[in-house]
Amino acid sequence: MIGRMNATGPLAQVKGAFSVSAKRGFEVLFGKLAFAFAVLVIVSPAILVFLWMLSLSLKTEVENTAFPPVFIPGTLTLQNFYAVFESSPFALYTLNSIIVSGTATGLALLVGVPAGYGIAKARANGIAVLILIARMTPGLSYLIPLFIMFRFLGLTNSLTPIIITHLVITVPIVVWIMIGFFENLPRELEESALIDGASLWQAFWRIALPLSRPGIVVAAILAFIFSWNNFIFGVVLAGRETRTLPVAVYNVLTFEQISWGPLAAAALVVTLPVLVLTVVIQKQIVGGLTSGAVKGG
Amino acid sequence: MSVEAPAGIALGRSGNPAVRRWQYLLFAAPALVAVFLVIVFPWAFTVFMSMHDWGVVGSRTYVGADNFLRLLSDSRFIESIGHTLYFTALAIVLPVVLGVFAAVVFHRSFPMRGVLRAIFIMPMMATPVAIALVWTMMFHPQLGVLNYLLTSVGLPPSLWVYSPTTVIPALVLVEVWHWTPLVMLIVLGGLASLPTEPYESALIDGASAWQMFRHITLPLVMPFIMVAVIIRAIDALKTFDTIFVITQGGPGTASETINIFLYLQAFAFYDIGYASAVVVVFFVIIVVFSLILLWARQRTLWVVDN
Repeated sequence: MIGRMNATGPLAQVKGAFSVSAKRGFEVLFGKLAFAFAVLVIVSPAILVFLWMLSLSLKTEVENTAFPPVFIPGTLTLQNFYAVFESSPFALYTLNSIIVSGTATGLALLVGVPAGYGIAKARANGIAVLILIARMTPGLSYLIPLFIMFRFLGLTNSLTPIIITHLVITVPIVVWIMIGFFENLPRELEESALIDGASLWQAFWRIALPLSRPGIVVAAILAFIFSWNNFIFGVVLAGRETRTLPVAVYNVLTFEQISWGPLAAAALVVTLPVLVLTVVIQKQIVGGLTSGAVKGG
Repeated sequence: MSVEAPAGIALGRSGNPAVRRWQYLLFAAPALVAVFLVIVFPWAFTVFMSMHDWGVVGSRTYVGADNFLRLLSDSRFIESIGHTLYFTALAIVLPVVLGVFAAVVFHRSFPMRGVLRAIFIMPMMATPVAIALVWTMMFHPQLGVLNYLLTSVGLPPSLWVYSPTTVIPALVLVEVWHWTPLVMLIVLGGLASLPTEPYESALIDGASAWQMFRHITLPLVMPFIMVAVIIRAIDALKTFDTIFVITQGGPGTASETINIFLYLQAFAFYDIGYASAVVVVFFVIIVVFSLILLWARQRTLWVVDN
């Protein structure tokens, strides 16, 4: 904003003499440089932390614990990644995470998409507020009663309780995003279908649902990512065989205190799929994130 | 799922709006059942447990308000409220200030804006546990990259999360890194919706860039900033992953927030009734906080309307 002001600002217009044009050119250049610097300052923390994670995961242990730190690896090695997959059943934990987040997202779509439609059409703000309160409540507070219930039902050491608790994250995200989406859908098509004698269910299933595919994709991806990232439910409920990836990574920390390479490699394995997904679909998810301002747990 | 309609919804031809509203609500029924089972029921059960002395093996005796009275005299809990408020205040103010600045920058068009914005929002999507691990390594007092950067520009090294005085600001640093992008996205959405006329007349009146930001942009996007503040407040109050992974509430209890205290009571000491009382108090704090901020938001709307 600063740069543009200097370029077309009133000062330049009023004076308008030949001598000013050089000064004005300088001001434009200065403004552009200042702006480029601002962009650099804003973006660099994100880049640097991710690059540091990458660097740690590809270096040998000697270089990782050197001081001053080695930024560019002297010798690239994948040893850290091998170590992660050899020392613990990381492949199993990856599969667990895919099953948990996939199922929790699927179930949330199944109940959440029609719910978003119904709430949007009935303008049921009370229900929307209920969903919002669910969003506000700390994940831990659901955990105590659910933990006791699962023990009572004998549902330990399986993925089922973890999937059920992940619904706490995925259902509100899907419902909230779909309410916003269906509210903005033009209603003429459905209404003419209803006049032609279709039932409400048919109007939803044949007309509204196909039109809402972009919204469903956004809701599904965001629900999946926030379920994938969730740590708190897994750390309480998961046993040795049922850990999700974030819990598994946390355990790498507790067992290998100073071993930075494998730690960074494990961290990268967990978060890389999410980062790739973010970059690929960033345009679509920006809208979903701002309308719902979602975050699970 | 078949195209055949469930019985209740088949009556869609009814023209009565009230009837139709109930029919639409049937669409929400399965979700409401799910919400009831995993959200409302646990809630009611928590309130019930908070009034009992509840051991993990299932032994329980009714104790009325004893758990709540015990909380009032538990200095560790009182301190955890202080830590939470300190952490929350910093974790609201810094991301909001930086996020507004970033939004103003990203509101302009410049080369590679899409790519840079994608990079900028990556932190908020990244897995918190993974990021917390990387920061743990960066915070290391002897070998960490942060102290190397400080000393290389001539500043004294810091103990970061290893000292009781710096642990909370250091943890906030991670939080700022994580969540500034969300503030930026919300405010960016606000900036995109602003009218252009006030700027045009301000330009004619010879306003400076800062004056235009201060007197036009800021008041107009204030409702969006307040939304960001509310969301930030709720998320900061219940931050768990970052603190748990990096410090587990330490050193000592210097970074033990309500959420960490709650976790320890419930799943380290298995004092379920007491932990349930913490949940109830915690929820009240969150609701009160949200109501205050919502009230503040109404006020900003009112100011803008005038």
